[in-house]
Amino acid sequence: MLVLSRLELAYGGIQAVKGIDIVVDQGELVCLVGANGAGKTTTLKGICGLLPVKAGTIVYRGENVTGSPAFRLVRQGLALVPEGRGVFGGLTIEENLAMGAYIRTDRAGVAADVERVYALFPRLKERRRQTAGTLSGGEQQMLAMGRAIMSRPKLLLLDEPSMGLAPLMVQKVFETIIAVAREGVTILLVEQNARLALEVSHRGYVMESGEITLAGEARALLHDPKVRAAYLGEAA
Amino acid sequence: MDTFLQQIINGLTLGSVYAIVALGYTMVYGIIQLINFAHGEVVMIGAMVAYSTIVALSGGTGLPPALVLASGVAAAIPVCMAVGYALERVAYRPLRHAPRLAPLITAIGLSIILQHLALIVWSRNPLPYPQIIATVTYQITATAGGATITNVQIAIIGGSLATMALLLFLVYRTKLGIAMRAVAQNQQVAGLMGIDINRVISLTFVIGAGLAAIAGVMVGSYYGIAHYQMGFILGLKAFSAAVLGGIGNLGGAMLGGLLLGIIEALGAGYVGDLTNLCNLSGWSTALAQRCAVDSNLTLFGSNYQDVFAFLVLIAVLVFRPSGLLGERVSDRA
Repeated sequence: MLVLSRLELAYGGIQAVKGIDIVVDQGELVCLVGANGAGKTTTLKGICGLLPVKAGTIVYRGENVTGSPAFRLVRQGLALVPEGRGVFGGLTIEENLAMGAYIRTDRAGVAADVERVYALFPRLKERRRQTAGTLSGGEQQMLAMGRAIMSRPKLLLLDEPSMGLAPLMVQKVFETIIAVAREGVTILLVEQNARLALEVSHRGYVMESGEITLAGEARALLHDPKVRAAYLGEAA
Repeated sequence: MDTFLQQIINGLTLGSVYAIVALGYTMVYGIIQLINFAHGEVVMIGAMVAYSTIVALSGGTGLPPALVLASGVAAAIPVCMAVGYALERVAYRPLRHAPRLAPLITAIGLSIILQHLALIVWSRNPLPYPQIIATVTYQITATAGGATITNVQIAIIGGSLATMALLLFLVYRTKLGIAMRAVAQNQQVAGLMGIDINRVISLTFVIGAGLAAIAGVMVGSYYGIAHYQMGFILGLKAFSAAVLGGIGNLGGAMLGGLLLGIIEALGAGYVGDLTNLCNLSGWSTALAQRCAVDSNLTLFGSNYQDVFAFLVLIAVLVFRPSGLLGERVSDRA
């Protein structure tokens, strides 16, 4: 589905990603964990074409898409829920969802998917005519995820979906991630909350200062003493 | 009272033209935070193209006048749209990420270039707009000699309202309109929705230029004249109207345009009376003697009309820089 080879990215003049290799297979839920500033968000932005690639390649569904602009990749079934959610605060919830389905032309299918999103997040239905800026952080995260689902993505990239949310909301967000993955959407999840991310994922990558330091089955990583010490807050 | 009512009608006519031009400024500003100072020249080109079309068609072709006028509008709109598209594509897009002063200076340069292109094509003389539709004046007060409204004024006000309603429908009810607002709020995320940002920005310029074409024909028909420099002051006034309403805000541009038109008309209507030194005749015998001969000794006449728009602009910038309906500037990230 997605293959990053020796990918290098710079962010603000600093080499933030130093030649990483990541593979995400069809139907997998893969997480990328690591401390703040490790280069996780930069990696996602690079995949989506929001940052120029310095070196290396990005192959998506067998096609080299290195350097493709974001709006083209979206049309090929890639969706990113950005860090900080990025909802359109001045647009209503309905309009935000409509923008998620911008590339689609099947009106009936879009209408059905709006109902699916509302079924997943009833709060959004109650407030569908309110502007998204009036929603709480958790509701905005739900809207951002709902909006991403509206594009019927084949590969969904999630950037720190739990950031700044109350524990109950975090749980709801992760339940949604699992539900979406079960529907067959391939997911690459970036999280600071390593335990939660590894618990729901099939495989995981650990990133440190722009490099992949560990990779493997999520369950194995969860029990890896180095991971436990560095990211799960336990003594080695 | 009749002066008041008459000036309100004149002001509404002028104001609805300002509103349509101001919408062009405000839409472009809303989406890329650029003041397109060449927008007034697009209005001028609209007036000029319509002028040429009307002159060509009214010379013995026997077409009904309304159809000739409609052809003028129909010719002006695509030409202006092409100019608007070209301005964005050639001049502004390469400067999208440049410091803000660069596109601003470019805009002023484009304004001068367009004026001089028009000078080459249409000459430096004021061109008389053919009066193909006879002006009909309607009395709207009970007493004869009171306030009146002409069919041209009715057409301008009605046409503007219809145009604005159409624009609001486009922006608030269509997918393209929602995409335009999405791009205005966050270009990066809009790109993540699959929206081609460059295309949406181009379309914003094109729509604004289409509005400018309509306004150009209105101004030409109202004043009966077209001139290669007509867009400059008109553009500045419409820009003032957009700032008055809150730049970046569509409703603000409409409100600001109408208000500015009314302020200007009332100002022009009353400035002569209010600054008539004969009002002070009681204070000086010399003045009283002078005024006995001619009761008009005004300091400022209605030719000071243009001043009011800019007084309003200054007042807004000093007391409420965000405009009547605008958000506080600091709220925009």
